Amino acid sequence: MSEPIQFHFNIDGEDFTSAGKASVQVKKLLRQLSFDADTIRRVSVAMYEGEINMVIHANGGQADVIVWDEKIEVILADTGPGIPDVSLAMQEGFSTAKENIRSLGFGAGMGLPNMKRYSDDMKIDTVVGEGTTVTMSFTVPEG
Amino acid sequence: MKISEMAQQLGWETLIMPDPDVEVTGGYAGDLLSWVMGRAQAGNVWMTIMTNRNIMAVATLAGVSAVVVTEHAEIDGEIVKLAEEQDINLLRSAQPTFETAYAVGKLLEK
Ligand SMILES: Nc1ncnc2c1ncn2[C@@H]1O[C@H](COP(=O)(O)OP(=O)(O)OP(=O)(O)O)[C@@H](O)[C@H]1O
Ligand SMILES: [Mg+2]
Repeated sequence: MSEPIQFHFNIDGEDFTSAGKASVQVKKLLRQLSFDADTIRRVSVAMYEGEINMVIHANGGQADVIVWDEKIEVILADTGPGIPDVSLAMQEGFSTAKENIRSLGFGAGMGLPNMKRYSDDMKIDTVVGEGTTVTMSFTVPEG
Repeated sequence: MKISEMAQQLGWETLIMPDPDVEVTGGYAGDLLSWVMGRAQAGNVWMTIMTNRNIMAVATLAGVSAVVVTEHAEIDGEIVKLAEEQDINLLRSAQPTFETAYAVGKLLEK
């Protein structure tokens, strides 16, 4: 594999209303790097869900995006409360989002399922009281 | 059909239309953002009563052809500015979401 290009983002946990900036930025960067529309959409939508989760559930975190020609990896790491039961959290419709967050349109319990569906591989490392790291990889189709 | 033609034929109000020539591929109606992210297809018109800032990131990432705010819901000037900056078509229908979606469907069927 050739040398990857790496991007790093600090995700602010204070501001619900303008969350998603890093993902919008990544979409632009991947466009400049001439990836195909479907790959760009999958990566940026899945990253958005993870970015929002860090903001609303973990008070922010760090995002790293590593880009090879044939593969893109997105790593979202936070030092939030952790996820006590990952398989429950992965279920469509499961959410612990509070009312103030739901009123903004979040809390359908569809974020993690979307991340799983849009990525080719997803791994969740989480320890209650310490934090959560979600690693997603995306295979870039040839041509 | 182009979004500008659709907006005109259905009598939608244009708050801002930076990309009038984009083709409408269909529609998606819903207010829960993760459902929109998971289900809306690129080029769809997205019909919603949500008008907070988060809809702009969702519209950009889902790649919709326009956000159509239904029920003539109030839209902050700040949202219009964001739409302009991010090249998002932002329109408004005076009708409820169902009637708006029904009209879109009829028009696309023609
Ligand atoms: N980074 C995280 N830290 C702690 N808990 C998390 C994190 N990400 C997800 N969770 C937990 O997993 C649940 C399910 O997450 P998911 O993204 O599927 O739904 P949601 O964020 O509640 O709603 P939606 O994504 O549909 O707006 C969350 O409600 C939360 O309890
Ligand atoms: Mg979520």
